[in-house]
Amino acid sequence: MVKEEQELANRPDNTAFTQQRLPAWQPMLSAGIVIPGFVLIGLAFIGIGVALFVTSRSIQVLEFDYTGVEQNSPCFNCTGQKVSTCVCNLDFSVDSPITGTVFFYYGLSNFFQNFRKYSVSKDDSQLYGDTDYFKSPSVTCSPYDYDSNKQPIVPCGSIANSMFNDTFKLFNINGTKADLVPFDGKGIAWWTDYNIKYKNPSIELLKNAFNNTVKPIFWFKPAYELDTSDPDNNGFINQDFLVWMRRAALPNFRKLYRRINKGLPRGNYSLEIAYNYPVLSFNGRKKVVFSNVSWMGGRNEFLGLAYLVIGSMCVFMSIVMLIVYAKFKFPEED
Amino acid sequence: MERLHWVQHRCRQLLEGNAGRGWYSATDGLPTKTSLDAHSSPQRVSGKRRTVFARHGPHQQDYEAVSKSYQSNAIRTTKYSLLTFIPMNLFQQFHRAANLYFLFVVLLNWVPVVEAFQKEITMIPLLVVLVVIAIKDALEDYRRYLFDKKVNNSVVRVFCGKQNAYIVQRWKDVRVGDFVRLSCNEIIPADMLLLYSSDPRGVCYIETANLDGETNLKQRQVVSDLPLQGREFSLESFRGRVECENPNNELSRFRGYMEHPGGVRVGLHNNNLLLRSCTIRNTETVVGMVVYAGHETKAMMNNSGPRYKRSQLEKLLNTDILWCVLLLFIMCLTAAVGHGLWLNNLKDPVFQVDTETSPALAGFYVFWTMIIVLQVLIPISLYVSIEIVKLGQIYFIHNDLDLYNKQLDSRIQCRALNITEDLGQIQYLFSDKTGTLTENKMVFRRCSIYGVEYPHEENARRLEVYEAEKNEEAGRSLTLKSGCSGKSLSCRSLSCQRSSVSLHTLTAESQEEEEEEQLSNPIHPRTNAFCSRVAKDVVPDPELVRKLNWFCSPELALRDGSSGTPSSLELTYITDFFLALAICNSVVVSSPSQARHGVPEARTPLKSLEEFKLMFQRLSFSPFTALSTLPPPQMKGSPLNFTRRLFARGKTGTFTPTNSATDWPHLDQESHLEPTNLKREQDLSFTAEGGDAGQTEHRDTENEDAKTSPARQDVEDLIRDLDCESDTNEGLLYEAESPDEAALVHAAQAYRCTLRGRSAESLLVDLPGIGSLTVQLLHILPFDSNRKKMSVVVRHPLTGHVVVYTKGADSVIMDLAETPQGAEQTQEIYSHIREQTQIHLDGYAREGLRTLCIAKKVVEEEEYEVWLKGQLLAESSIENREELLLESAQRLETNLTLLGTTGIVDRLQEEVPETIEALQRAGIKVWILTGDKQETAINIAYACKLLSPNDQLLTASCGSRDVCAALLEELKVEVQRGKASLTEPTAAGNHGESSSGSVAGFILVIDGRTLEWALQEELKSQFLELSQGCKAVICCRSTPLQKSQVVRLVRDQLGVMTLAVGDGANDVSMIQMADVGVGISGQEGMQAVMSSDFAISRFKHLSKLLLVHGSSCYSRLANMILYFIYKNVMYVNLLFWYQFFCGFSGSVMTNAWVLILFNLLFTSVPPLIYGVLDQHMPADTLMERPELYQVMQSSKVYAPYVFWITVLDAFYQSLVCFFVPYFAFAGSSIGVLSFGSPINASALLIILLHQVIESHTLTWIHVLVLVLSGASYFGFVLVFSVFCVTCSPPTNPVGVETLEMSQPLFYIVCALTTVTALLPRLLFRVLCNTLHPPAALTSAQMDKVGSERYRKKMQCWNLSLSRSNTLPVCVDNPGLEPGTDSGAS
Repeated sequence: MVKEEQELANRPDNTAFTQQRLPAWQPMLSAGIVIPGFVLIGLAFIGIGVALFVTSRSIQVLEFDYTGVEQNSPCFNCTGQKVSTCVCNLDFSVDSPITGTVFFYYGLSNFFQNFRKYSVSKDDSQLYGDTDYFKSPSVTCSPYDYDSNKQPIVPCGSIANSMFNDTFKLFNINGTKADLVPFDGKGIAWWTDYNIKYKNPSIELLKNAFNNTVKPIFWFKPAYELDTSDPDNNGFINQDFLVWMRRAALPNFRKLYRRINKGLPRGNYSLEIAYNYPVLSFNGRKKVVFSNVSWMGGRNEFLGLAYLVIGSMCVFMSIVMLIVYAKFKFPEED
Repeated sequence: MERLHWVQHRCRQLLEGNAGRGWYSATDGLPTKTSLDAHSSPQRVSGKRRTVFARHGPHQQDYEAVSKSYQSNAIRTTKYSLLTFIPMNLFQQFHRAANLYFLFVVLLNWVPVVEAFQKEITMIPLLVVLVVIAIKDALEDYRRYLFDKKVNNSVVRVFCGKQNAYIVQRWKDVRVGDFVRLSCNEIIPADMLLLYSSDPRGVCYIETANLDGETNLKQRQVVSDLPLQGREFSLESFRGRVECENPNNELSRFRGYMEHPGGVRVGLHNNNLLLRSCTIRNTETVVGMVVYAGHETKAMMNNSGPRYKRSQLEKLLNTDILWCVLLLFIMCLTAAVGHGLWLNNLKDPVFQVDTETSPALAGFYVFWTMIIVLQVLIPISLYVSIEIVKLGQIYFIHNDLDLYNKQLDSRIQCRALNITEDLGQIQYLFSDKTGTLTENKMVFRRCSIYGVEYPHEENARRLEVYEAEKNEEAGRSLTLKSGCSGKSLSCRSLSCQRSSVSLHTLTAESQEEEEEEQLSNPIHPRTNAFCSRVAKDVVPDPELVRKLNWFCSPELALRDGSSGTPSSLELTYITDFFLALAICNSVVVSSPSQARHGVPEARTPLKSLEEFKLMFQRLSFSPFTALSTLPPPQMKGSPLNFTRRLFARGKTGTFTPTNSATDWPHLDQESHLEPTNLKREQDLSFTAEGGDAGQTEHRDTENEDAKTSPARQDVEDLIRDLDCESDTNEGLLYEAESPDEAALVHAAQAYRCTLRGRSAESLLVDLPGIGSLTVQLLHILPFDSNRKKMSVVVRHPLTGHVVVYTKGADSVIMDLAETPQGAEQTQEIYSHIREQTQIHLDGYAREGLRTLCIAKKVVEEEEYEVWLKGQLLAESSIENREELLLESAQRLETNLTLLGTTGIVDRLQEEVPETIEALQRAGIKVWILTGDKQETAINIAYACKLLSPNDQLLTASCGSRDVCAALLEELKVEVQRGKASLTEPTAAGNHGESSSGSVAGFILVIDGRTLEWALQEELKSQFLELSQGCKAVICCRSTPLQKSQVVRLVRDQLGVMTLAVGDGANDVSMIQMADVGVGISGQEGMQAVMSSDFAISRFKHLSKLLLVHGSSCYSRLANMILYFIYKNVMYVNLLFWYQFFCGFSGSVMTNAWVLILFNLLFTSVPPLIYGVLDQHMPADTLMERPELYQVMQSSKVYAPYVFWITVLDAFYQSLVCFFVPYFAFAGSSIGVLSFGSPINASALLIILLHQVIESHTLTWIHVLVLVLSGASYFGFVLVFSVFCVTCSPPTNPVGVETLEMSQPLFYIVCALTTVTALLPRLLFRVLCNTLHPPAALTSAQMDKVGSERYRKKMQCWNLSLSRSNTLPVCVDNPGLEPGTDSGAS
């Protein structure tokens, strides 16, 4: 017996694997299997689609362009002059109250935060609070790394430099009385950005960290004075700064500015805009958006519609297949 | 001056030596050796030889001067060393264009203005590929290193001068000039000259299995005229100098001479050389002197490693890669132009970074940036993946049990690693006949001697029984066969017994034989000595036995002087014939008890030897000492006269044909009669004289010898007698170089003419009735393909004459067998014999037998002396030795006397007809290219069902070009006419030919001479056209060169995929020429195997190899490549679409690591599994329906339109995959990476699920790999988004995925995207599977529903095919289809 085994030393192993006889599931994509699957998928999609559509419809959105391109728009006068501060008022009325927490966004159009050279123009280490990079910002920030006096710019780079600097105040107009609507500016940035990714230098007085550095060229105030009302909201962990630094994926975007926790009741409102940010040169637009949100985010009817369409298509196709199947298959299987 | 030359030599040799160190490189330019010693080499110093002295002993100084340049015996087959590994491996890897491209991309990323990612990230793919390949190479090399180490450190006993004894040394320390002593079963460490053998005759046996796989023993001879032979070898006595040629790779050639101190030169040839890696067998001790060592040995120089071919699919793939490059170029150009325009329209935006670069220049930069961003489009890992997949495929082919031959314990060998998928596209198959279609196990079938045919009816019956037996067994179980033991005539009953035993003992017939052989021959297990039982047990022809028997017992003839008694001349013919069969060969004899022995002690002859000698002298004849030298014999010779005449001749040593043919004239008239009639006539006419001779004989011998008279036994008894005798010889084992030889020796043995042993000088032969005789062997002129014959020169044991026995191809022998000068009647007899033999030859050929003619020639002593001088001269010459030997041989082989001819059956291998039928059904055109004659070839073609009875044979045979041209034209017209008449009755029978093999077709039979014309430039197109109209082509009488020319013609002119299969050296050129060369490791050594891409052991393996593995491999690889391209196009386009929203600036919405790893890690294993494990159809189905092969053959799986469909699908999916998220997030506050996250996730899902749709089978391995791939992506991005805090700017992913995946919108988007993207492909597949697959593209999908339904479908398909080719209409027109279905089922 031993001898026999030796003789057949070259004999291949007779296993399911080597002989390619592994039990295999053949994806039987014939109509018989697929039709029920299609019906199921279709129905599920239609269900999701309806839910999405209804949800999306329930979201209320108010949107106002305040770029001031047209003559009659309130901020038209701010577009021409090169004054450093120009204030204009945008009046509007809310007919149906916006319930729940209302998110107040500012929006920019034709603004390419995803432009490659723009998007690399920052120094993550500097923004992480590493003071070594305060003195010598990364080359990626170029040409916004040093000012004309060879002073390092902190925060460096084009993204920080181009930070949106219009400010808004919302007033509820009750006859002649204008009540300031309170804004909530806390926690509008990502938790990870605020707690992990961005850090102020761990120096007692924030201002000292910025010695021998200059503020970005377009900025009015240095980074440590961004929010005069709340000392903890300064430096790199300023919420507006964090929101701005998270670059938008698409050229038409909006960014969260503040929350209005009590909602917007019916009434007339006036939005006081400190108009600073120039967009007309590149044909950009500025807008403000008031919106409440649902579990699926902001208002978007596309998803609901798409689900409905695809779901109906699945159901339709399964019916077509059923007909085809009945015509072709059943005679043969007899 | 001389020294200067030497320095030059040294330098060159050092250089070459280094270059030649490379792995398996042929070291042709090895050091040429110039002798420095003035006194050692008085004659001209040629650069083509080497001189060897003994390393120790008196010539030590000479040795040192000469041998410095000779390589030591250490071998190194590794490519790299530790130091050179990295540079050399990198250098080799950068020979690939793909790697260069990616190196270029990496370097591009170092240019700041176009930099897209971090520098290290772009290097990753290249690094990974390089490292993977480098690890693979390193492992391979390490294995070789270990092997080398093992070999180099093996030990052997080498003579040491200081201790004057043999001491144990390692192989690597052996040097040229060393004396090495080896014992039995030791492996030879280097090429050595055999100087001493413990065998008294100075021979030793080696087994060359390690070298060429041949297991039969080969005899090697001690260098002749060594004074020291016989004694224990001592070195002091060896003072010779060896001159031989420089190392070369010709295994069968070695030339040189040994010069003794006295100036005597002894020729050295291949017979004296022991080759490295062979094994010493059957010899106790041998001593040899190393002449070539290490890499200079013939074994090492023949080691050429695996072969690399480029497959057809890879060539196709390259064009598609070019399309991808074009696509990439277009995309980059679009981005460049778009970016330029976009920048141009911007006026001083806040987000502008760089205002100095002009838009045009920025556009130019973006072009290069985009090349980096979209680099994945050119699949770098594709080439690596293809290699890995092919390794996997090879693994499965190699492990297939169906391709395993139990008898030989051999698997299929895949020598070429990268053309597996070519097996799936073969369109033309060129097959050798002998040994490929047939067993190459020759069995003696019948013979003709003296113009008389002996039909061997019983023998024929035996063979038939054997065949039937085989078939019967085959019917019972496909794998189990029982052999007919065939020991006796009652073969049938015996086999019945055998088949009644349990299945366990029923094993393959030849395996049984092998086993039995092994049992009986424990010394040489697995010796394949052409000794299959069916070949051994020849049943003698009764008629011939009677004649022979008469010879044994002369009184038989004396008393029974009636019809059937042969003439004495005929008797000598018969005896000579069998003597020639027994000795005219190079068979090695051994018996299990005494191993391989030379000449054993002669047994006591049954009769007095002297008497036989006397008789033979009387009866022997010589054409040139014909009757003319003597006075015309008394014509109407009385017995007395005749006796006197015999005696007279016996005394003078001359002889005449003993027939006094008074009545020959009337025989002449009747020469057209049937051979049997004629035989009777002859017999009658010679009765009287034969009787006389017998009488004479009897008178001389009857007193001494009474026991050898079997009296009047009937023929059956005689045969039994013979059987008994042969039983005593049962132990003898013959090991022949060619199976024909063994068959003939066995045939002779059946007639009790037994070869008992051989040595260099003599042969021991048993002759019927005489007993053992020692035949002095003077020369062997071995077979060569130019002469087509072999001869032995012996001193006839009975007559004492020098006799040449020649055996060879009929064409050659018949030409050389000249009608002797001399008396009329002699001439008449000879011409009569010739005519008759020719008739028999033709008959044999028609039966499909291989024919060999046997002839003899008696050489006068003086003539022999003259020839001998020339022969010795030729043997000892170094240059032109072959030519001289050939010339010398030809000088001797003239004026032959034809003795007779043999017909040998070469049985078909099992399942050859089925295989050929399957191949033809698979649409493969099978051509047979053989060196055999036309009749034999046609016969075999019939036997293997290449020809069916209603096929029409077109024979092309002509002598000149013009005739040939006309003939081809004529045949072409005929084929066209035939085709027309064939198609007319069945109007829609266009497909008939391909779907069924039963339709009569044309078979072109062309012979070598005509082929010569047909292959010429002017006629080859005609020839091709003609052959395309034919079902099959048989080229007979073709030379190896012609074979390869035919293959090349078809391959190049028709542009088809060709496969050549053969087993012998004559098929090597054909095998190398074809796209796929398959070698059959059969009886004829390993040359074919060495040059082949795949080596199988049986022809029948071809069907599984092609139909299943070929087709699977092709389908797998093609699908994998398509999937790979799809995957890349799909993913890269996502990035491209994003460019429209980022000002074509080259931004990506994904983290760069994820981007790079997406292809390299997350989606790289599934395609590999897909390429290795996918089964587009079950193996059984593929075997049962060879027609399915045609789908692959026409390369429809990987047709250009499939490529474009794939690319379009990829475009669609990427559009969906990008724009669904786009619309879902448009206008929102989505960030760049948050936008990319669902896109990436759904791309991954789409890509993985796409494979599930495309897979034909899914096993747990698939599922595991798919799940792991998906999990690895999500795992990676989650971990990355948690821990990557400041890394990877600008696409820092911290917090992105964790946030995204916590939101329902992410999943909503992913689900919608995935389903929408896969919907069309899914629908397409479902429709294909629901409807009848209308085209070949989808027929691959048909089997999804199980083989039962599948078969129905196939029937349908065939039916509809044969009706018309309007299947696409069927799809649109459902009404047509049910009818077809019901008709089929």
